[in-house]
Amino acid sequence: MHLRAFLLTALRSATSGERRYHLWMGSLTAIMIVGGYAYWYQVQHGLAVTGMNDHVSWGLYISNFAFLVGVAAAAVILVQPAYVLKDVDFGRAVLIAEGVAVSALVMCLAFVMANSPGTPQKWWRLTPVIGLLNWPSSMLAWDVIMLNGYLVLNIVIPFYILYMHFTGREPERKKYVPFIYISVVWAVSIHLVTAFLFAGLPARPLWNSALLGPRFLASAFTAGPAFMILLLGFIKSQTTYPVSDKAIAKLATATAVTSQINLVMLISEIFYKFYAPTHHSINARYLFFGIEEHHALVPWIWTGLALNVIATFALMIHPLRRNLRFLMIACIMLFVGIWIEKGIGLVIPGFIPSPLGEIVEYTPTWVELCLTAGIWALGLFVLTVLVRVALPIELGDARSPYIEGAARAPLVRPRSSVARPRDVRPVRTR
Amino acid sequence: MSDFNDDMNDSDDGTMLQKRVDRRRALGILLGGMAAGTQAVSACSPLSAATDEKRELKHLEWQEFIQKHYRRMNESERAETIARLERLAKLRHGEDVTIATTDAQPGVVFGYAFNISKCKGYRSCVEACINENNLDRNADTQYIRIFEMPDGVVDLDHADPTYDHEVPAAGHFYLGTQCFQCANPPCVPVCPVGATWQEPDGIVVIDYNWCVGCRMCMSACPYWARRFNWSAPEVPLEQVNTNQHYLGNRARKKGVVEKCTFCIHRTRAGRLPACAEACPTGARVFGNLLDPDSEIRWVLANKKIFRLKEDLGTEPRFWYFSD
Repeated sequence: MHLRAFLLTALRSATSGERRYHLWMGSLTAIMIVGGYAYWYQVQHGLAVTGMNDHVSWGLYISNFAFLVGVAAAAVILVQPAYVLKDVDFGRAVLIAEGVAVSALVMCLAFVMANSPGTPQKWWRLTPVIGLLNWPSSMLAWDVIMLNGYLVLNIVIPFYILYMHFTGREPERKKYVPFIYISVVWAVSIHLVTAFLFAGLPARPLWNSALLGPRFLASAFTAGPAFMILLLGFIKSQTTYPVSDKAIAKLATATAVTSQINLVMLISEIFYKFYAPTHHSINARYLFFGIEEHHALVPWIWTGLALNVIATFALMIHPLRRNLRFLMIACIMLFVGIWIEKGIGLVIPGFIPSPLGEIVEYTPTWVELCLTAGIWALGLFVLTVLVRVALPIELGDARSPYIEGAARAPLVRPRSSVARPRDVRPVRTR
Repeated sequence: MSDFNDDMNDSDDGTMLQKRVDRRRALGILLGGMAAGTQAVSACSPLSAATDEKRELKHLEWQEFIQKHYRRMNESERAETIARLERLAKLRHGEDVTIATTDAQPGVVFGYAFNISKCKGYRSCVEACINENNLDRNADTQYIRIFEMPDGVVDLDHADPTYDHEVPAAGHFYLGTQCFQCANPPCVPVCPVGATWQEPDGIVVIDYNWCVGCRMCMSACPYWARRFNWSAPEVPLEQVNTNQHYLGNRARKKGVVEKCTFCIHRTRAGRLPACAEACPTGARVFGNLLDPDSEIRWVLANKKIFRLKEDLGTEPRFWYFSD
């Protein structure tokens, strides 16, 4: 009964809104339709319609995948303090972070599907027993497990909390906190595993670095919170949802620290590749300076680098970081800068030159651009729906109609009132 | 895998081979019969032949889709699979192909040596490979790459693999690459579905029906030996090599990875790979590394040899030497 009411309320929250909201969702849907057409086209004709080839065998899709796994993992930066350290300021923001994680994971899975079109139906082969999951030797098999597990964790935990609030109860800590601990470790692991997927390939010297895992984490914990700040800032300005200034300030401080760590690692990598260049520096040379007439990625990586450096310095200056407008601009710069650095600036140059020294450059085609845009629209669509459903429940506007009259009510009320003093105080009051 | 069928090892045994073909035919008829039987009603109409074939194709494609991993098939499942694939080749492309499942022969590990002082860059091997292995003519897929290098340097970065002039060019030498069938292949463990593995005779193979097309193996290969079917491969009917092997040169589909298998359909039947046979200069030496009297063993024992990227520990079974 409660569940049905929950789903109906969720549907109502997601489908009703002011004109602006419908316009937003309508535009996202339109982009998704274009992306859907690109996907269909790709399935029909094969990946020959993309810019990828035997030399550059991964392109825009895997670039976005690597970046978005990081965004998903970064939810931990809110989850950990909110649930484990019982940080009051993050209490309200954490469900939003989990929403970001879910939508980023949806995008990740969509990008993997885009990378091997026509294969979703082949995915049963990844299932143990009926298929053959090459675990533990394949890092990709690890990644399949990690991504899906993280997706489940990030759906189940917020659902439980929202559902309890919806039915007028307080979530029981002993029921969900163990899963929080798992998800904290899991978040770090998904991104390490994704980094190891690349770092474990001696064939590709650009990726085959012990620093790649830590770099992935640092850049993820920069881009993720940057996006969260943008989203929380938007929610704060547009709704009555009480996002505390402190939460944003704390996130901004965290981002300021992680972006510096990210820069330190990037500088180490650049030093290592260029101070005493060996044959293994050749991909980095192509990326940063180009080789002969081939320099497609040079403007990109320098733009990314400039965005990262400027934004990092801006965040280090207290008055700038505390000014919401400057903070927002810095976050946009970081998000874009890391997207370039980690996607276009890492995945693609790994293939150029090829292991046998041949240089074939990569330019995405309209199919890849449309499908990529479509998948981003899908992610934003999912995120909007999740936020839209969660906010009224958390604000207390959406409650199950069965709470008062239902036969179970007496059972429920005492339990929640008993639970309240112990459970709620750390998160809610104070 | 322990469930390999030892009796299939004997490719020299004519009667055994004959028997297997007969069983496959029988299964083919049986499968065809089943497909036809399900539509006895439509069989009465004049259009039935075409419709029957369509239905049969649909049925076989479904069977192909749910097909097991090659290494998990028992003998009868293998035979059934082969019959299905042969029938599908007929229905899809009008080809009458024979697909072998010959296993690795005991006491055989294949090795290859390439004489860089003999190769003149004619690319006859490339040509032979394309024809022998039914490589996609549309995308111009090639397993073999011949690098032209100035004398005195062995540096692939300064090599030209796309040379288009009269050969041999003065002051240059030629070095060919293909899949080296590494003893420690980095492409194998990375596959998320175990669709690629090393056979007991050292050949690294792919089950094209199991590959999901993620291209992880392509990223892992330090020798750029693997190729992807970016679109549906095309081979003109009259040029199709109908002598095929399940793990080798049979028809591939779009979206799967393929690679050189040392011509598994030939070498397991005691013949040379097409590239070695086609080479007009005698630069290619192929043989059984476990046979002390083989030419390859003589080369390894008596010539100064080197391999590419030894530092990666891949242990290629492909050596270079000079006179």
